[in-house]
Amino acid sequence: MILRVGIDIGSTTVKVVVLDEDNKLLFRSYERHYSKARERACETLSSIEEMLRGQDVRLVITGSAGLGVAKAAELDFVQEVYATAAAVNAYIPDTDAVIELGGEDAKIIFFGGALEERMNGSCAGGTGAFIDQMATLMNVTVNELDALSLKHEKIYPIASRCGVFAKSDIQPILNQGGRKEDVAASIFQAVVDQTVAGLTQGRELKGKIVFLGGPLHFLMGLRERFVDTLQLDEEHAVFPEDGDCFAAMGAALCASDYEAKPFDELLRKLRESRDATSVVDTMPPLFESQADYDAFAARHNASTPPQLDIGTYAGDAYLGIDAGSTTTKMALIAPDGGLLYTYYHSNLGNPVAIVLEQLKEIYKLCGNRIKIKGSAVTGYGEDLIKNAFSCDLGLVETVAHYRAAAHFNPDVDFIIDIGGQDMKCFKIRNGAVDSIMLNEACSSGCGSFIETFAKALGYSIADFAKLGLFTQKPVNLGSRCTVFMNSSVKQAQKDGASVEDISAGLSISIVKNAIYKVIRAASADDLGKHIVVQGGTFHNDAVLRAFEQELGRNVTRPTIAGIMGAFGAALAARDLGLEQSALLDEAALEGFTHSAKPVTCNLCTNHCSLTVNAFDSGRRFISGNRCSRPLGKEKAELPDLYRWKYEKLRAMEGKGLGDGSRGRIGLPFGLNMYENLPFWYALFTRLNFEVVLSPESSRKLYIKGQRTIPSDTVCYPAKLLHGHVEALVEAGVDAIFYPCMSYNFDEKTSDNNYNCPVVAYYPELLAANMPDLKKTRFLNPYAGLHRPKDYERIGSQWFADTFGVPRKEAASAIRAAYQAYDRYKEEIHHTGRQYIERARAQGLPILVLAGRPYHIDPEINHGINDLITSFGFVVVSEDAVAWLEDYAPRKVLNQWTFQARMYNAARYVCTQPDMELVQLVSFGCGTDAITGDEVRSILEGGGRLYTQLKIDDISNLGAVKIRVRSLMAAMEERKRREH
Amino acid sequence: MAELKYDKDGRLLFTKEMKEEYTILMPQMLPVHFGMFRQLLVLEGYKVDMLTTNHRGIVDEGLKYVHNDTCYPALLVIGQLIDAIKHGGYDPHKIALFITQTGGGCRASNYIHLLRKALEKADLAFVPVISVNLSGLEKNPGWTLTLSMIRKMIYAMLYGDLIVNVANQVRPYELNHGQTDRMVDEWQGRLIDGFQQGKGMSRKQMRDNFDAIIADFAAVPVSQVEKVKVGVVGEIYVKFSPLGNNNLEDFLLSEGAEPVVPGLTDFMIFKIFNREVDVDIYGGLWAKKKVCQVFKGYIEACQKDMIAALKKSRFRAPGTFEAMHKLVQGYLGDGNKMGEGWLLTGEMLELIHSGVPNIVCTQPFGCLPNHIVGKGMIRKLKDDYPNSNIVAIDYDPGATKINQENRIKLMLANAKALARQEAEPEKEPAGAGV
Repeated sequence: MILRVGIDIGSTTVKVVVLDEDNKLLFRSYERHYSKARERACETLSSIEEMLRGQDVRLVITGSAGLGVAKAAELDFVQEVYATAAAVNAYIPDTDAVIELGGEDAKIIFFGGALEERMNGSCAGGTGAFIDQMATLMNVTVNELDALSLKHEKIYPIASRCGVFAKSDIQPILNQGGRKEDVAASIFQAVVDQTVAGLTQGRELKGKIVFLGGPLHFLMGLRERFVDTLQLDEEHAVFPEDGDCFAAMGAALCASDYEAKPFDELLRKLRESRDATSVVDTMPPLFESQADYDAFAARHNASTPPQLDIGTYAGDAYLGIDAGSTTTKMALIAPDGGLLYTYYHSNLGNPVAIVLEQLKEIYKLCGNRIKIKGSAVTGYGEDLIKNAFSCDLGLVETVAHYRAAAHFNPDVDFIIDIGGQDMKCFKIRNGAVDSIMLNEACSSGCGSFIETFAKALGYSIADFAKLGLFTQKPVNLGSRCTVFMNSSVKQAQKDGASVEDISAGLSISIVKNAIYKVIRAASADDLGKHIVVQGGTFHNDAVLRAFEQELGRNVTRPTIAGIMGAFGAALAARDLGLEQSALLDEAALEGFTHSAKPVTCNLCTNHCSLTVNAFDSGRRFISGNRCSRPLGKEKAELPDLYRWKYEKLRAMEGKGLGDGSRGRIGLPFGLNMYENLPFWYALFTRLNFEVVLSPESSRKLYIKGQRTIPSDTVCYPAKLLHGHVEALVEAGVDAIFYPCMSYNFDEKTSDNNYNCPVVAYYPELLAANMPDLKKTRFLNPYAGLHRPKDYERIGSQWFADTFGVPRKEAASAIRAAYQAYDRYKEEIHHTGRQYIERARAQGLPILVLAGRPYHIDPEINHGINDLITSFGFVVVSEDAVAWLEDYAPRKVLNQWTFQARMYNAARYVCTQPDMELVQLVSFGCGTDAITGDEVRSILEGGGRLYTQLKIDDISNLGAVKIRVRSLMAAMEERKRREH
Repeated sequence: MAELKYDKDGRLLFTKEMKEEYTILMPQMLPVHFGMFRQLLVLEGYKVDMLTTNHRGIVDEGLKYVHNDTCYPALLVIGQLIDAIKHGGYDPHKIALFITQTGGGCRASNYIHLLRKALEKADLAFVPVISVNLSGLEKNPGWTLTLSMIRKMIYAMLYGDLIVNVANQVRPYELNHGQTDRMVDEWQGRLIDGFQQGKGMSRKQMRDNFDAIIADFAAVPVSQVEKVKVGVVGEIYVKFSPLGNNNLEDFLLSEGAEPVVPGLTDFMIFKIFNREVDVDIYGGLWAKKKVCQVFKGYIEACQKDMIAALKKSRFRAPGTFEAMHKLVQGYLGDGNKMGEGWLLTGEMLELIHSGVPNIVCTQPFGCLPNHIVGKGMIRKLKDDYPNSNIVAIDYDPGATKINQENRIKLMLANAKALARQEAEPEKEPAGAGV
């Protein structure tokens, strides 16, 4: 009898099985390898040496990290999805589909009909490593996360595309007091959504489905989410007993095709390959010698504030709290800035409890000697903490950090703060914040990223960082987002890099990410001469050193780098000059209670996920709202052209002036329809069609069409179209009209008048991917509205051919449609002018929210316009002011109609002292890599601030708030200077 | 030393003096074709170096000077040029850069502008950039694309396509390692020598050369083993350039597959066809359409010569542009022209129809047109051709080779399973025979 051995080496675990001739399992093991894949595999094999010594066996390796091992040891290899299919075939032959989640890969296999096997793309990390990261973020073990999830009451929408996105969704929920149980279940739901959306790609998941892989084997909560979402009964949801080892079992089965060899020889080969390394892509070391490091440490430890003894000090004090995304920082200072007390700790998912405990401690230490005369709070949890403890002031983080940096170095001209969750960089010019850069959601390779990695490899963050200091060959891991870095690390592991090399490589990656992706600097001079670095991540000497090396310049890192936000807040509290702080006193803290309850606001279509925080004696704080209505106040109705345009367009349905006798025509309300609807509405109603608009966008509508989306990296506005079209099919319209348009209207302000490729051709993608369209007539002709005379001819012919409309009638309707479109634009210009005049009459600032026409969709912009008006701005859209400027040559090819408007809007804003421009960018929008830089250079050339808001399927209003409030602070500062 | 001159919009010009003094650097997309293009330019009196560098430093320079969300080819091409200026041993005041400009709604039309922005950022704004295009954009006194040069380039393109085509069909099976590549070099040299003497430049001579090339490659001794054929389609740069696709062809060869890479000629015809068809879809001048038709007709005729020559041999011949255009009906409209447009789907269809259902669809991460014409069409292709086996691979600075290779390996494993499934249709359809 020849035994077969299968070894599955994945990104985080090693699985080993031994099968006998009847495919019976004789041995199985599943173990984490902590990045030491080869050692682990050897150990496991050694542990069964007894059983196999002296025998011939067939041994095959599989798994994403197994390829390198197999190559180095010259052992046989099969691809893991193929191996899994083999195992399912042998053990559960009547399976229709397999879902397998691994450490970093997600796989799907469809049996029946044509075999389809697919893996997640490179930007889809919603897998085991993702769950690990989320557990770390919530400060629980994965098993605890699982247990929590089973007690959920509510599911929050969480971005399922990648860990980075999900984190920025989860953080605000936690900081605002959302229940951990609900967040835990929401994390699993995100994984389910990602798998279903990203992998099925239009093929229906039905019949008997087998679930495999570690996470699905161990996590009951995850199983529950899958079964619920796919509506499976027990018979159709199969979780096999050895589901965590199926790929290894498949490899063993496949081993039948390979030659048998003596076990001892195989084990020897594997052992010999263990020490082989072949890392090619390395970088210079961080420090050449201990002496280098000592000099470096001495230089940085010189920037330190005076330390006072809280046990003996008597007098006034000021408290600053920085309720950051992953950590809570506090500083108590004397009037001269001397430090009485500092605190820096992970907020363990509940900043309120931390602050409560610390406040009690501080009061105890203060006794009767010290009087707290002012308190201020900053950071993600600002609102919650301010309300919970009745702080005197809340201020935006950027301002707090600048205060602190200027305290140490009044000449500071550049500040970079890398915290756990976000990265903030800004320039200082003439004593004011001049240009703010925050990390985009896709590049948040920040502190918590290293921390997660450290934990995954079994180290504390401090120990892990130190490991890299003296390695001679740090690995080059690239400078992209977390998911990509995960696979870079995997590659390095495959090549045999040591944990030391990886540690240093990660530190360098973070720095490169900051410099090239966030700051987008080409040289040190792009930053400044007096650079102050802060944030907890810069406590990590490896990161600090890498930063200096990359810039070729020394920087200042105060010893209190980690608490600079809190320190700055304390300084701001001092400058309030209060006699008495409103901060809850010692007695009030005794009776302090806090509970949080999630609810959904139903007062408008935004359906904000609110968290209602209740404190003792009936105090309440509601978070997650975009407007003041859920707070019981009337909504402030400042002029908002986004809302006006949206309502105007939504009204364009029905029969209009016609009689609807030619039938019901469905128009999907998305992408370029937001610009061209006035034209098509006039045209169709004129021809006596009844126009049926698809429903208003919502997350539910998105989910409805999600399974037919073929490319998971396309922008959210495009993805929404699937739901819109599906809804129109359900509405039973006679035909759906959605034209392809390479070109849009020619406004004579640009070099060409294209649509972007996605807007132009999405109708063809829908036709190819939505089976439901077979139930109706889907009309997606090419339409060239940019040539009115020609379109009159070509369009009327199309209407004659398609609907039998007499050509003359169609031609006259087309002429009328052009007029209707012109009228619509006139109205925008007119209303825009009125709003601007009203703002000026009331002395309100005006904000031009510059995006594409479809960004007025509340589901796409997540109510950002509401948020901005709530800050006291009048909002107008880009097309309300763009027409006031003529054509001008640009540094880029100005070839898209919609994008050209943003350039002109920016130029116009530069001429108006009371206007600011904020650019809206959809994640995944390729054209904005070009327009973003150009709009920035126009605004900065005009002495204005550039603010970009990146939006995706999930709303992260926290990040939006920081940006808008930083902009406001800068506007105020500018005004102050001018006076 | 040549004086720096600017046009009225402030664009730095490439002057006649520069033509004498400067070395022009050009990126490489297809090794064989671009090598011949370079030689043609040298014959016209330009000093031209083609960049064949391939190392991590290129990506780093690109990341530094190009917006990181811009498509990967822009990042690579610009990174490669800047890397060469900085580290290639050139006098930066004595070089100019070539870059192609296609126009069209894709962001690729912005490469030249991104390159200029990058040069400015790198304090190299004094380096002139020459746009190579057929639309008469951006004229330079020191650079003219004459009709005779265009004709020679078309010939070089066809020779290139033929050589690559037959070499790909021989290389995986050659008995003497390296013989195919030596043959490629030899023919490149012979053709260029011919160009120098004015040979190979008539249709008749080209047809003769076609036959001779085919005969020479057919004479390379090969083994009779069966290998799985894998088509490569995608965004034009990552499809062709080894720098862009992490040496995809080498990887496929090392996995025991035969790469099938549709040529450049169809892309050229496609770009001309778009202009012609725009007149039909949107209206416009009849004369413009006619000019395009004539130009297109000429290249198509040359392509047909090549196909005819291949059909006489043992080698697999590609289909005509026209035939591919027919295949794509019902998938995408003629107006779908940005980037590779309907041509990409057309190439996948042609591959499937010519017995190559296993395809790697390459694209830069976040490539806008490929959302539609690449990933967007795979579902329908799978429905219409259940044996089609297409894997979409994203390329970008952070994507790792292991990730890409593992997915390609899955496609290759699928290929085997599908072949087995097809061979035994009665047996329970299954993932892998055990």
